[in-house]
Amino acid sequence: MSTTFDEPRAADPIAQAPVLAPGHSPGTVTEAIAGLVTRKVAKTPKWWLLGFAVSFGLLNVLLFAVTKLFMTGIGVWGNNIPVGWAWDITSFVWWIGIGHAGTLISAILLLLRQSWRNSINRFAEAMTIFAVSCAGMYPILHLGRPWLPYWLLPIPGTLMAWPNFRSPLIWDVFAVSTYATISLVFWYVGMIPDLATLRDHSTSRVARLIYGSAALGWRGSARHWANYEAAALLLAGLSTPLVLSVHSIVSFDFSIGIVPGWHTTVFPPYFVAGAVFAGFAMVLTLVLPLRPLFGLKDFITDRHLQNMAKVMLTTGLIVAYGYGIEAFAAWYSGNPYEWYMMKNRVTGPYALQYGLLLLCNIVVPQLLWIKKVRSNVWALWTIAMVINLGMWLERFVIIVVSLSRDFVPSNWAMFHATRYDVMTFAGTIGLFLTLTFLFVRFLPTLNMYEMRSLTPEAASTPHEE
Amino acid sequence: MEKKSEPRLHGVMAEFRSPQELVAAIRKSREAGYIRMDAYTPYPVEAVTDALDLHHTKLPLLTLAGAVFGAVAVFGLAYWCSAINYPLNIGGRPLNSWPAFIPATFEGAVFHGGLAAGIGMLLLNGLPRPHHPVFNVKRFVEHASKDGYFLVLESGEAGFDAAAARTFLSALGPIEVNEVENE
Repeated sequence: MSTTFDEPRAADPIAQAPVLAPGHSPGTVTEAIAGLVTRKVAKTPKWWLLGFAVSFGLLNVLLFAVTKLFMTGIGVWGNNIPVGWAWDITSFVWWIGIGHAGTLISAILLLLRQSWRNSINRFAEAMTIFAVSCAGMYPILHLGRPWLPYWLLPIPGTLMAWPNFRSPLIWDVFAVSTYATISLVFWYVGMIPDLATLRDHSTSRVARLIYGSAALGWRGSARHWANYEAAALLLAGLSTPLVLSVHSIVSFDFSIGIVPGWHTTVFPPYFVAGAVFAGFAMVLTLVLPLRPLFGLKDFITDRHLQNMAKVMLTTGLIVAYGYGIEAFAAWYSGNPYEWYMMKNRVTGPYALQYGLLLLCNIVVPQLLWIKKVRSNVWALWTIAMVINLGMWLERFVIIVVSLSRDFVPSNWAMFHATRYDVMTFAGTIGLFLTLTFLFVRFLPTLNMYEMRSLTPEAASTPHEE
Repeated sequence: MEKKSEPRLHGVMAEFRSPQELVAAIRKSREAGYIRMDAYTPYPVEAVTDALDLHHTKLPLLTLAGAVFGAVAVFGLAYWCSAINYPLNIGGRPLNSWPAFIPATFEGAVFHGGLAAGIGMLLLNGLPRPHHPVFNVKRFVEHASKDGYFLVLESGEAGFDAAAARTFLSALGPIEVNEVENE
């Protein structure tokens, strides 16, 4: 190689597109990120108050819809035989999928030592927890007798019966509750050093007390860091198979059943890819507006947006392959019910939804091949929104369209959503956004200690064996 | 002052400008014969971990124990419920249908392994511990979780002399040297 070592090569992608804008030191990174949280109440930005008010309003829509549901019963939704699962389970799968990008960013990219993830992982993990909170609500609302969810757990009692460990619905209970718990542990453990920074950075006594209690007395000792880094790696190592297992198990809810359109072996990988696809779309949906509003362009750089767009493009192609295999398997199986299911999707009463799903998830994301599109924040945000919609439609098509026409034509019926279906879904978006707004105001949105380790001061530390 | 008598002193703390200086100071302290010491950095610095030889943690073992416990417990539960306590004969299918128990078993392993990793990290670090002598130093509170690199030579080893430690650390070119009091 003729390159000299004195000057960086012009084509060095890191030099061209840094993950942290030049000129930062551990001190400036801390001031910039902790300052967002510790500023005075009176200095809360107007957009935050407005956004929080709107989200909180939507959250109250959820309260209303759920109250109505509990008082009247499942009949307020459009669910009925044969379409017993509709918007509720569609939204459940959608929210769980969105959560998966958070785990992917924090766990898998940590194991792969992708340091560009350092500025977005905290936010993505928070998104995971909020999305799982929204998701976890649906199966319980959907029970019909929402005061009996503990029947799903192996609790000894006067019932004298146990849950059926051979049922994918019970696997789901184990998977989702484990996922919620471990995501919370991962998020909290990741935040402890930053909570200590907030404790030391806050001026108000109350804030010091709250952040100080949450930081558990963290003092950044080398002994602490050694155990801490081991814990981060172990949790990442556990979360990686966990995230794959959770969406595989969610897909078992369908593929273990015999309904045409559900009973297919391609579901686990195709659901996992779809989850990452939708999750990255949601990260972009939230990060793109937050970046200018919070002045985070030094930390969430164009390189991050490029990388996220590329992950979306890749997983989108896997999803497209899944659609292809689904159609091919239906034809190749020689099973008339399977083949009818496919023809029904394309030409039946729900053809519009299927067409839109192909447009949103396959056609539009191809624009991401173009670098100009990937670097344009407006284009990127629009595509992310289109994918959010497309992935919701995908679950709707799989669940509702398959159920509406199974084996016997006398059993067929259309599904019509009611206003309570819409209100419940809009309400969970309200819950998600409310939690997100609270998070960006009161907790460190970016991982400060990992950002410090990206500064030139830290990067030049010698390694010794 | 009476406060500076040895049992009342946690150690002597020096603050350095960069991780490189901190690592050099740790090595020199080791060469000078100091054994009990701890370093404080605002982010994990691998060279500091190396210099203090802290790579041996029990955490992986603890996590493995948690995961094995979780797997055994959940599989045992599924087996006991389905094959012993409430056996249901469905078309003569085996009661111990172990492949169907695997998803819940796996989740049980991850659940308990993850909790062992998270809680184990805190316990091994002696946390939660709301107060610690190092917080008595003003510059530590201001900079340790932001941009300061600190080394504490701890009292409690045979022949520890605070005055000598202070002189030794001052010679390493720190920003500031402080005595860390226990009270």
